[in-house]
Amino acid sequence: MKPFDYLEHTADIKFRAYGENVAEMLNNAALALFNAMIDTSTVQIIDTWKVNLSATELEQLAYNWLSELVFLFETEFAIFSKFNIKIEQNKEWKLEAQIGGEKIDIKRHTFDNEVKAITLHEFIIKKNDFWCIQVVLDV
Amino acid sequence: MINKVDNNVYEVPIGYRPGMRVPGRIFVSEELLKMVEPGTIDQVANVATLPGIVKYSMALPDAHLGYGFPIGGVAAFHENGGIISPGGVGFDINCGVRLLYSNLEARSVQPLISTLIDDLFQAVPSGVGATSRLHVSDHELTETFIHGAKWAVEQGYGVEADIEHCEENGSMAGADPAQVSIKARKRGRPQLGTLGSGNHFLEIQKVEEIFDQTIAKRFGLFKGQITVMIHCGSRGAGHQICTDHLEVISRAVHKYKIDIPDKQLSCAPIGSPEAKNYFGAMVCAANYAWSNRHIIAHWTREVFEKYFNYAKLDLLYDVAHNVAKIEEHKLNDKLERLYVHRKGATRAFGPGRIEVPAAYRDLGQPVLIPGSMGTPSYVLCGSDKALELTFGSACHGAGRIMSRTRAKKTYTGQDVKAALSGKGIKVKATHPAMLAEEAPQVYKPSDKVVEVVHNLGIATKVAKLVPLGVSKG
Repeated sequence: MKPFDYLEHTADIKFRAYGENVAEMLNNAALALFNAMIDTSTVQIIDTWKVNLSATELEQLAYNWLSELVFLFETEFAIFSKFNIKIEQNKEWKLEAQIGGEKIDIKRHTFDNEVKAITLHEFIIKKNDFWCIQVVLDV
Repeated sequence: MINKVDNNVYEVPIGYRPGMRVPGRIFVSEELLKMVEPGTIDQVANVATLPGIVKYSMALPDAHLGYGFPIGGVAAFHENGGIISPGGVGFDINCGVRLLYSNLEARSVQPLISTLIDDLFQAVPSGVGATSRLHVSDHELTETFIHGAKWAVEQGYGVEADIEHCEENGSMAGADPAQVSIKARKRGRPQLGTLGSGNHFLEIQKVEEIFDQTIAKRFGLFKGQITVMIHCGSRGAGHQICTDHLEVISRAVHKYKIDIPDKQLSCAPIGSPEAKNYFGAMVCAANYAWSNRHIIAHWTREVFEKYFNYAKLDLLYDVAHNVAKIEEHKLNDKLERLYVHRKGATRAFGPGRIEVPAAYRDLGQPVLIPGSMGTPSYVLCGSDKALELTFGSACHGAGRIMSRTRAKKTYTGQDVKAALSGKGIKVKATHPAMLAEEAPQVYKPSDKVVEVVHNLGIATKVAKLVPLGVSKG
């Protein structure tokens, strides 16, 4: 199973990310988000960040997760390429993640795009044989 | 499925998709209609399903696929029974355009274009991770949210006269900083006074052609003159404000039992706490954007003054093209208060409207339509016809036709730079890849888009501006 793929969209960036479980799907969605901006293979794991989120719906959790990453990218001036995610589902969905990456170095990091925000346009999560999330990014 | 109702006017009939409350109207020529993706027409139809929508869900000639609302879209909602939708404004709240006209002639500036663009690129931070030369405090940020460009003028950026030439005088009423999250503040604080990336730009232009001598003279324009265009918005502050409130409102649709075809169209009834909170925060972002363009304009003036001590760059006008406004419009001969959402659309009020600056009130509002890096930009003048047809709106640019991914596969940044250089246009960007995705060919031809607006009489052509140098993120 490929981790994610990009679909054609005139003005913005649309992707689908896949996973055997919710954690893997959200991990691959995060990779798709950052690969839309930069070749993440050029990102070294120097620092780590932590994210804790909860939501009543899975879609809300996923939206908040990706939005949180955009927020961290912009306010920490950092780019990420490794995501260790733990998901718990009781009364509500809980996400605990450790994120690896480094501070942006314009000399080394070549950006293709800058993602402004995660949209809810055609934002879908589906589970068949595997989990799939579809996201449109505003760039 | 869609019907031609007049020259340059097409209707998306009720029934095109279930739940449409009004028809859609696409203002486009036959030639440009071929470039409108089926997805865009679906988006026009989707907007037509929202509660309280008035007359039509509209799309202007630059219309293309957006997220939720189409880009180039206009939708107005009744104060009673209508809604406010963060998606109808977009993430880059008050992304807009400002045009400065100079007392300089192109022939004296042209030899220095490379130097000027290099200096402007340094003076106005742009691109990913750029932080401003300003270091505003949290209190100053609040002042910006409330007072917009007026705050910037008080701090010594720009002059009082500039304010009169901004839509809403650069300071929209109704700001509620309490509705702006700490996250939005954290994103906004270091970015006040930055251009951003993507399609945002700072461009030195030359007035190549005058179409209406009388109005051009009143707008301060003459052939061969240097103008500067600034295109940017509310940066991370606006993006985060929309993200935060979209999340809240997407949950509120269940509470208010609003049936929407796409979650990005999430909306809340006008008067509901969710709608009020969003509107108060949206105004903060709009004011931030006016302040941002004001500060950038000030730094631009400083660069020009360094090389031409007699240089004077006055503000012709500053327009928002992603915003929701409370406006009065005539419906069945009665003036009604409507919430007009413009998503990639410019206000284009005709003569007499109180919102038009006093200096232009007898003529109509200046309408600024930027081209892409290699294609001309236009200055037009708003008309009564716009009030009749489009709630006083015109298009906001040329409109994309090619995705960023395909653009990068088709063109390289170096090729684009070389091709523009061949046309005498100097371009400076943080990275060449950014140029590939903004190649002139990825946009519709701006002259054809403007022609539709002119022929419909929504706004009439005043002047054509061609790029000489561009600074990009």
